[in-house]
Amino acid sequence: MERYYQPEIECASREQIKAWQDERLVKQVKHVWDNVPYYRKKMEAKGLTPDDIKGVDDLHKLPFVTKADLREAYPYGLVAKPLKDCVRIQSTSGTTGKRVVAFYTQHDIDLWEDCCARAIVAAGGSNEDVCQVSYGYGLFTGGPGLNGGSHKVGCLTVPTSSGNTERQIMFIRDLNATILCCTPSYAAYLGESMKEMGLTPDQIPLKAGIFGAEAWSEEMRQDIQNTLGIKAYDIYGLTELSGPGVAFECSAQSGMHINEDHFIAEIIDPETGEVLPEGSKGELVFTSITKEAFPLLRYRTRDICMLSREKCSCGRTHVKMCKPMGRSDDMLVIRGVNVFPSQIETVLLNHGYPANYQIIVDRVKSTDTLDVQVEMTPEMFTDNLGEIERRQKELVAGLRSMLGLAAKVTLVAPKSIVRSEGKAVRVIDKRKI
Amino acid sequence: MSIKQISVFLENKPGALYAMTGVLAQNKVDLRALSLAETKDFGIVRLIVDNVYEATTVLKDAGYVHSVTPVIGVAIPDTPGGLNKVLQVLTDAKVNVEYMYAFLGGRDVDHAYMIFRVADNAAASAALAARGIQVVEQEEMENL
Repeated sequence: MERYYQPEIECASREQIKAWQDERLVKQVKHVWDNVPYYRKKMEAKGLTPDDIKGVDDLHKLPFVTKADLREAYPYGLVAKPLKDCVRIQSTSGTTGKRVVAFYTQHDIDLWEDCCARAIVAAGGSNEDVCQVSYGYGLFTGGPGLNGGSHKVGCLTVPTSSGNTERQIMFIRDLNATILCCTPSYAAYLGESMKEMGLTPDQIPLKAGIFGAEAWSEEMRQDIQNTLGIKAYDIYGLTELSGPGVAFECSAQSGMHINEDHFIAEIIDPETGEVLPEGSKGELVFTSITKEAFPLLRYRTRDICMLSREKCSCGRTHVKMCKPMGRSDDMLVIRGVNVFPSQIETVLLNHGYPANYQIIVDRVKSTDTLDVQVEMTPEMFTDNLGEIERRQKELVAGLRSMLGLAAKVTLVAPKSIVRSEGKAVRVIDKRKI
Repeated sequence: MSIKQISVFLENKPGALYAMTGVLAQNKVDLRALSLAETKDFGIVRLIVDNVYEATTVLKDAGYVHSVTPVIGVAIPDTPGGLNKVLQVLTDAKVNVEYMYAFLGGRDVDHAYMIFRVADNAAASAALAARGIQVVEQEEMENL
């Protein structure tokens, strides 16, 4: 028997959903026009006023918002509420070192947590469950989002945050955790660790997992389900829009329902920006229609995706998106962290290294590895090995502080990085996802 | 009062050293001494050669990153306590040795040669000269 957190919304008729979207979009456009000069200018540049947007059918008229806009408006330029009404920020890495900072009113946090609660109930969660949140807490949205959702459902919430695998396993076993929330690669790692300890799936109390923030395959799902003896559900989100819970999987495990009462999804051609017909593959674009503090109109996610309105066996009526099939930019997701090659380049140049580098991403024992290979230059070279190693360590520390992620730095011989047509291949992603 | 050492950056992988000595061999550069310092991923090979100009030119042309560093060369009588005596002098003069390596040979079979990379070449040379220990000049090294 399928259970829902907000059945009247999750199973509403298409007409009802469309009516909510029409009404909320019109209101949202007026809200940003009145409160965000940045948006007003963008709309004026296209000759638009709020009167031109009468409903979802007019959405395509609005200009896109991109990561470049977020950078330009950083930090307060897109905030649509007085700061006295904002209660929190969350943050993710941006393209060139400037981070993306998203703002929330208390109401925004409530709605975000509702979205996460829907995901937990769709995964079978109730107030009988012990929900261990092993996503990172802090600026990253994973921990705070699922933590709030878990509270709303009434689960006993175990806020372990990420890392310290031994302690994670101890809590899962001692507290009889039934739901695990973390990145899929960490779930796989926990599974392998428990297997090495000699635990069989029936000795692991978990029954479901909610895994997101990075790409994972159907094969990986099967592996995780088998080693942990659980059902593994996908969850999707972006800090820019709120965090996890923009879309979530149901018992059908065949795509994620987008919370359409809060987000309008479009698929566009990433080259032309044109809206593509339903069922087409293209770039996913979201408009947040209930966000107060940080509303985004037509935000380009750069995720390549497909939408499906086929009737779902779970009874939910909201449109489903497939797992993102790739990116229309060069962003990498490594251990759940967004990484842009340009960020790595910035750190290299700041440390006096040349822009002759290569980023090698791999997955070893379910954990993503990041190796930055840099060509040695006459300027960086000395006969003193210790000095070179000291600079190498400084670079590792610089990368860690920029990316929030441990990277390995390998110094390689000049001209050893492969160049095709004179242009270096910057990223080699060896992961089989 | 110093001799020139060439340091070359190499990746720590099979054939890397061979490829570099190949470049020197083809251009008839004669090695006087060689020492390797390595990490897991890369190494620095330090060379004393008969023709520094020729060696650095061909290495540069072959795409190697290198640097030239002044080091102190000392001929030490090939008898017990020979090295100890030299280190005593450097210790007394409070000169720190960053690294050192030895080689035998040349025409003078009674001596071993030590190469010292020190923080202060002038202080080291002066201290050695004051105690009657002869440092090797560049020209002498080239003609060994």
